[in-house]
Amino acid sequence: MVNPVLFWCVAAITVVPSLSLLFARKAVHVAMSIVLVMVGLATAYIMLDAPFLGIVQIVVYTGAVMMLFLFVLMLVGVDQREDLKETIAGQRWIAFLAAGGLGVLLISMIARVSVSVQDTTVGDPERIANVLFSRYVLVIESLGALLITAAVGALVLTHVPRLRRKRTQAEVAEGRVLVGANPVNKPMPGVYARHNALDIPALDPDGNAIEASLSRVLEVRHQTQDGVEFRAQIEEGDEK
Amino acid sequence: MSPINFVYLASILFAIGSAAVLLRRNAIIAFMGVELMLNAANLSLVAFSRMHGQVDGQVMAFFVMVVAAAEVVVGLAIIIAVFRARQSISLDEPAELRG
Repeated sequence: MVNPVLFWCVAAITVVPSLSLLFARKAVHVAMSIVLVMVGLATAYIMLDAPFLGIVQIVVYTGAVMMLFLFVLMLVGVDQREDLKETIAGQRWIAFLAAGGLGVLLISMIARVSVSVQDTTVGDPERIANVLFSRYVLVIESLGALLITAAVGALVLTHVPRLRRKRTQAEVAEGRVLVGANPVNKPMPGVYARHNALDIPALDPDGNAIEASLSRVLEVRHQTQDGVEFRAQIEEGDEK
Repeated sequence: MSPINFVYLASILFAIGSAAVLLRRNAIIAFMGVELMLNAANLSLVAFSRMHGQVDGQVMAFFVMVVAAAEVVVGLAIIIAVFRARQSISLDEPAELRG
């Protein structure tokens, strides 16, 4: 039998987050709440004496499937706006009515069924393995073929053929010179043997700071120093 | 408390998932609704397996999980292909295909 307190907890952490599918604006929030739903379902499986399926649920759904969803969300841009303009008039209410009707229909049909509950528990992995690899061995084989086909299909669908020839390194260098960029590396920041830090500009032989040696990011953040004090130190050293 | 309560829970989750598929325009969210429906079916299979004391329901749920994993891979690949072609994953955009 099922512990009622545990059941209501599982019902709360599956139904409430799954409502975000209907009402949450951002797709990332939906994905994270579906992760919670999957964990709740895994708890339900373990409560129903199916520990193997509970663990598989966590590994496959929260671990693989939902993370794949998050990857794709990041890939297509998390801030894709959903347009709320309805192409079919009153689509929202029709959808709510249809789904609600389906739910009411299912629940009322289940309520009319009388069931007797056996007390035998069958969820141990050994027994599942015995059934999987004896009676359903052909299904397992074809599922393996299906998974490989799906992987190849995903590769084919996401493959982008190269439209132009790949540029060689020599061509890239020539292109840079043609544009007029400096072909030589920028000088490194820091004053040799005196102050070896990223926020100090390099000094040229005359002791003037070379601004180009500093990182642009640090300049924008006002985290750089001018090299004047080090120039003074160098000149002092020369006098001695 | 009888395991039949889990079947009620599964039908509620199934209804929520189908509402999301009908309602949302974002392809990824609609796809998550499909996932929720598959999981609701799984939950009822496991509950039936517990009620009848037989392991076949759990085996079926396992098969559903494998097929769902394959389906997610291909579905998300299609979403990425559509996004590359149209810079959008709205489910209303393909309606423009109509002449």
